[in-house]
Amino acid sequence: MDVNDILKPENRVYKKPTLLNDNHMHYCPGCSHGVVHKLIAEILEEMHAEEIAIGIAPVGCAVFAYNYIDVDWIEAPHGRAPALATAAKRLQPDKLVFTYQGDGDMAAIGTAESLHAANRGENIAMIFINNAIYGMTGGQMAPTTLLGMKTSTTPYGRRVDLNGYPLAITNLMAQLDGTCYVTRQSVHTPAAVRKAKAAIRKAFENSLQGKGTSVVEIVSTCNSGWKMTPEQANKWMEENMFAKYPIGDLKNE
Amino acid sequence: MEEVRLMKGNEALAHAAIRYGADGYFGYPITPQSEVLETLEELRPWETTGMVVLQAESELAAINMVYGGAACGKVVFTSSSSPGISLMQEGLSYIAASEVPALIVNVMRGGPGLGTIHPSQADYFQATKGGGHGDYHMIVLAPSSVQEMCDFMWLGWDLAFKYRTPAMLLADGIVGQMMEKVVLPEPRKRRTEDEIRQLCPWAINGRKNMRPRNVVTSLELDDERMEQNNLRFQRTYREIEKNEIRYEEINTDDCDYLLVAFGSMARICQKVMEIAQEEGLKLGLLRPITLWPFPYEQIKKSSRNAKGILVVELSAGQMIEDVKLAVECKVDVKHYGRLGGIVPTPEEVLDSLKEQFSINK
Repeated sequence: MDVNDILKPENRVYKKPTLLNDNHMHYCPGCSHGVVHKLIAEILEEMHAEEIAIGIAPVGCAVFAYNYIDVDWIEAPHGRAPALATAAKRLQPDKLVFTYQGDGDMAAIGTAESLHAANRGENIAMIFINNAIYGMTGGQMAPTTLLGMKTSTTPYGRRVDLNGYPLAITNLMAQLDGTCYVTRQSVHTPAAVRKAKAAIRKAFENSLQGKGTSVVEIVSTCNSGWKMTPEQANKWMEENMFAKYPIGDLKNE
Repeated sequence: MEEVRLMKGNEALAHAAIRYGADGYFGYPITPQSEVLETLEELRPWETTGMVVLQAESELAAINMVYGGAACGKVVFTSSSSPGISLMQEGLSYIAASEVPALIVNVMRGGPGLGTIHPSQADYFQATKGGGHGDYHMIVLAPSSVQEMCDFMWLGWDLAFKYRTPAMLLADGIVGQMMEKVVLPEPRKRRTEDEIRQLCPWAINGRKNMRPRNVVTSLELDDERMEQNNLRFQRTYREIEKNEIRYEEINTDDCDYLLVAFGSMARICQKVMEIAQEEGLKLGLLRPITLWPFPYEQIKKSSRNAKGILVVELSAGQMIEDVKLAVECKVDVKHYGRLGGIVPTPEEVLDSLKEQFSINK
């Protein structure tokens, strides 16, 4: 038996989702974005939602999400993705509309748009990447940056008296009557990836079923911003991030 | 069917939108234009035409909802007044840069800051020279009657879709609040998704039949390509300047002095002309209807034989800069304006004309 006998379609156990195109990704090796992008592409394909999916990209590292996942996209101003998604979904109720937002987008500049879209119960899915830092602009403090955590704008560590507390915005979202499903996941182990995939799929299905707003937070690593190897970053996330942002469902109706 | 009604300018905007076949309105209350949202909520178009009406959490959200809807190829608009329009500048710049069609109504009030709720025309610079960041323009239409509030909604959308650019109705508190007779046009149906796919092949409505994906974005980090994008915007603006200049002229053929005014001030100036005529003074009026593109050539032409031009505005002098550019210092140009929400009387305008041009009649 040679290699060509093995490379047969019937022997294939895994392939790259076709909706994830071959454009060269700008994400750093070890970053969580790549995994989450792959999950979204995979789920849309499995749901046969390629023809009705509309993504709203944020400002931040994922500003170029539209370069990688082969569905229709609008690139929103910083923080305004939920406002764009609100209109896209209300004007086209048969579409699957999702936002993809970072922590600055969701919990700082776009707090009002995010909370109000969720409070109105817009039938959209919000994918929220929380890596506690501003990756795109070079590692500044995020609203979710942990106390004591060093960033380029908290070079001696985040201090309550100077910078206030980390904002667990997903906990706020879970309090709102408009949300139907709020969960916090991660993608740092194969088991975690499987759970995150199930969560994103549920959020997408909720959007189509008109159940209200779904929020899937992915507690993520930014090994470049954190100045760690990918492996160190995963370990640091488990030991530090999960204490403030515990993994699990916050609301499941 | 056409319908003749008596209503406020702000109410006419709402009726005109539904009859045009608008898909969505997103707005936030602010005086003196809150009747737009109130009228739409009262009329409940979602039960008849299917039009979406949503009170947003802020003007920032409202303009970005408009951006989202416009990117989907939908007929959408928002309305606000000066402080709210300032908040919308971010979205306007993105809408222009993304080349999507949208309609924005500014029923101007006095500024700066929170200012006053009374009429003003002091957002002329903001509307015609940019407002948001970057090299962009909006088509700016200045209605001076309730009928034009209605008609220019339709014209604004037609132009916005023709050129894939934002268009603004720059009204003022007087035109928004005053009641007049208005002929409401025969209603049209909203576009179907198939029609949108035909008319706007760039629209974000999903990859039906696995068409190539569409992306609406204003971002391009390759500077060479970003320059090409900008050059394309500029070509569109030159095309608009060539085709879409609109104005109204009254008695400009043989006038001693030319009045230039837009919106409600053009109405006051018509009365100024009447009073002046009784005194034997021949005045002409040029009313720019498009403030951008501006009727430079026409002002130059109409003022050729005039002894002077008086620009009448509810501001400290904004449109006067464009009038001066138009006449290239060949005609004496003066300004009269009231500020802070005060509207001048026709007599006051005429007195100022006589004083500034030393006319002793």
